[in-house]
Amino acid sequence: MFKRKDIMKIRFQIFSLLALSVFFTSCEKDNFSAPKSVLSGNVVYKGEPIGVEYDQVRLQLWQPGFGKLAAIDAPVSQSGSYSAVLFDGNYKMVFPKGRGPFMTIQKDASAKDTLYVKLTGNQQLDVEVLPYYMIRNAKFNGGENKVSVALKLEKIITDANAKAIERVSLYVNKTEFVARATNIVVTDVADIKDLNNISLTANVPAIMPAQTYVFARVGVKIKDVEDMVFSPVQKVQL
Amino acid sequence: MKKIFYIPAILLLLLSWSCNDDEFLDRPPTSILSEEQIWSDDSQVLSLLGNLYNRYYDLGTVKDWPSLGGFNEAFFSNAGSYGDFQNSGWNLDSWRTWDYTYIREINLFIQKCTAADKLSTASKDRFLAEARFLRASYYFELVKRMGGVPLVLEPLTYDFSGNPSYLQQPRAKESEIYDFIISEAEAIKDKLPANSTEKSRVTMAAALAMEARAALYAGSIAKYGVNTPQVSLAGGEVGIPATMAMGYYTKALTAAKEIISGKAGAYALYTKKPDLSENFASIFYDKANNSEVIFVDDFKLKSGKVHGFTISNQPRYGAEEEEGGRINPSLNFVEAFEKLDNTFAPIPTTDAAGKPLYYTNQVDIFAGRDARLAGTVMLPGTSFKGRAVDIWAGYQLANGTILSGDDRGAQKTLPGKTVPEQVVGFDGPIDGFEFTAQSGFYLRKYLDPVVGSGQRGVQSEVWFVRYRYAEVLLNAAEAAFELGQGADAAGYMNQVRTRAGLVTPLKASDITFDRIAHERRVELAFEGHYLYDMKRWRIAHLIMDGNTINAADLSKDLGKATKRNTQPWALWSYKIYDPTSANNGKWIYRPVKLSRVTGADRFQFGNYYTSIADDVINNNPKIVRNPNQ
Repeated sequence: MFKRKDIMKIRFQIFSLLALSVFFTSCEKDNFSAPKSVLSGNVVYKGEPIGVEYDQVRLQLWQPGFGKLAAIDAPVSQSGSYSAVLFDGNYKMVFPKGRGPFMTIQKDASAKDTLYVKLTGNQQLDVEVLPYYMIRNAKFNGGENKVSVALKLEKIITDANAKAIERVSLYVNKTEFVARATNIVVTDVADIKDLNNISLTANVPAIMPAQTYVFARVGVKIKDVEDMVFSPVQKVQL
Repeated sequence: MKKIFYIPAILLLLLSWSCNDDEFLDRPPTSILSEEQIWSDDSQVLSLLGNLYNRYYDLGTVKDWPSLGGFNEAFFSNAGSYGDFQNSGWNLDSWRTWDYTYIREINLFIQKCTAADKLSTASKDRFLAEARFLRASYYFELVKRMGGVPLVLEPLTYDFSGNPSYLQQPRAKESEIYDFIISEAEAIKDKLPANSTEKSRVTMAAALAMEARAALYAGSIAKYGVNTPQVSLAGGEVGIPATMAMGYYTKALTAAKEIISGKAGAYALYTKKPDLSENFASIFYDKANNSEVIFVDDFKLKSGKVHGFTISNQPRYGAEEEEGGRINPSLNFVEAFEKLDNTFAPIPTTDAAGKPLYYTNQVDIFAGRDARLAGTVMLPGTSFKGRAVDIWAGYQLANGTILSGDDRGAQKTLPGKTVPEQVVGFDGPIDGFEFTAQSGFYLRKYLDPVVGSGQRGVQSEVWFVRYRYAEVLLNAAEAAFELGQGADAAGYMNQVRTRAGLVTPLKASDITFDRIAHERRVELAFEGHYLYDMKRWRIAHLIMDGNTINAADLSKDLGKATKRNTQPWALWSYKIYDPTSANNGKWIYRPVKLSRVTGADRFQFGNYYTSIADDVINNNPKIVRNPNQ
């Protein structure tokens, strides 16, 4: 067992350690200030944001000039917006190849589809792309535990790169996050005859705890394209 | 006085000059073996090779239980793993491997073994062949996960000149890596023993089995790659031209036939036990004269090389430690097993009118199915290590309400009774209660029936089977089918199916792509094949399309290769408590979606080939990125 003298000794050592710890605070010089310039904007076609799935499409920001390269990912939100908090500097902004329900716009042979961004302070930058299809006039109606939607589709890419529609789906969920993986009911139509006249109806199952509204959006799956293009999320009263 | 002492002392020191310090100081180390010592003795070389064997890469292995589940073939009844069922897929770096240190050390081994002149030619040839097998195996692992990679066959050394560009190799074509594996297997097969009793060292059959599997993979990537043109690179680092498909299938069939003909040793399907399910389970733990197994990762009790797979997955009730039951095969997987008349049907919980079906014994609901079901999955009403598993979710009372508990073996008072009694199994299922059979099932494959296997101080010596004869037969069947030889394909497949109790043979016309895919799914379940099969057939993005599964989807399209499998479902049994009814004490079953399963998996095009790390690309700018990343 410890004798009183030993305890005193330990105490003394603790005090001296505490006294020493005063010197362990870091000095200012080895701390960088956090990045604070916000680069944000929307993924757009002619100024109109393109809706996608939550956390599926992303932009990559590359900052050359500091040796080893690694991309900074900027995920695109449901409504088609993105944002990244960065240090000021020069960035190259690209979409990873084959991602998104759209084609990137090739500006010229050397730059290809890369956007060069010179960031000084906050900046708003919309990224213009060419979607395969755009959803037009999506009108949602609710009632009697049903959600229905009528919409038109505009085929934007009609040349050799055009792609067919695999299906159009109506997704309904309890919360604002509506996607393939997060929904309470889905209705699909695969055989689209008239792009100007598409309508879908979904029967909403009983929701626990009960709520009188749901969130709905309609998505288009394009053949051989992984990400779907979506309409904005709409709150629908049942 | 002091001087008189110092002066002679200094003089003496001067005289103590040693004259041969080279010999005196240069002594052989007692703790390190020299190159010369190693390369002159077979057993030293073998232990060096043992190190390389131990570093073999397996996607799934008994050393790491979650690696064998996955892809919604099972739910993980483990609190730390619920996240796997709440996300929506996989990161682009999943399944990454890039161990060029391993390749370099194998290359060094080959270089030094080739130069060694004190070994006998016979043992030298065998060592070299084994090292080349391990190198080809790792390239196979790399090409499956990453696509074409730099093919380095010499130990590279940096000269510190400041310019490493001569070390930077571009990625080889995916087909070139497969060609390398096939040609290596051909080159070494005759230098390896044709001995079916050797399991943990490479044999002629192991080389041929690797060749057959590699050629089959390459053939299917060539054939089915056309369905996913996005998953390819212009330089061929990913993707194989469709014109090469038939050549690869032919090679796969030839290599498989060499094993089947008995040229590589006496291999046969394991049929020692009369109970077909027990027989199937035994393939994985019976280490005495096992004619089926070709190449394994072996373990041995009390040697330090043991594993805890049984600890992690033993039935929780009566387990040898306070854990177990982690891998819970899903209802999706259980429903994939055929009925004995070769047809597919959901597990019958209700009749055509939607009324529940009542079963006298719990296990009756699974009657008349493929014997591999009970051999792979521990069903409610069966037993392990002589103790019946206690899997039941509660009582259903006369008015249709459920009486259950939230603890293992919880007790409550039934209506009309006064004494509380057990209302839920000691093995669960209890939603969100880890280590209970939350899906209603436990895994049986690899569980070691030896007493002590579930104890942390003992663990298990059950081996992990890397190549076995049944897979060779299925590889042969698939290659034959793709080459248009339906009758041969049926012949190979029927051998495997008969062993599972499916005695009605399939005809040549019955063999379809769906049949091939289904047979591999049930025969080779939890053996690390499922992901690679889905990838090479380019159907992973269809099976895991990110959509949720509802009860109606679950039993639709059974036996279809592209059937959706994005969320694991459960099947819970309830005991009827209704003393006035004839059904009292009988069992009913209900499909259940567990509350922990909230996500639905989506396999992205970018998941077909794992991303190559940024630091690798920074160090070697010749490396191109994989597609869709």
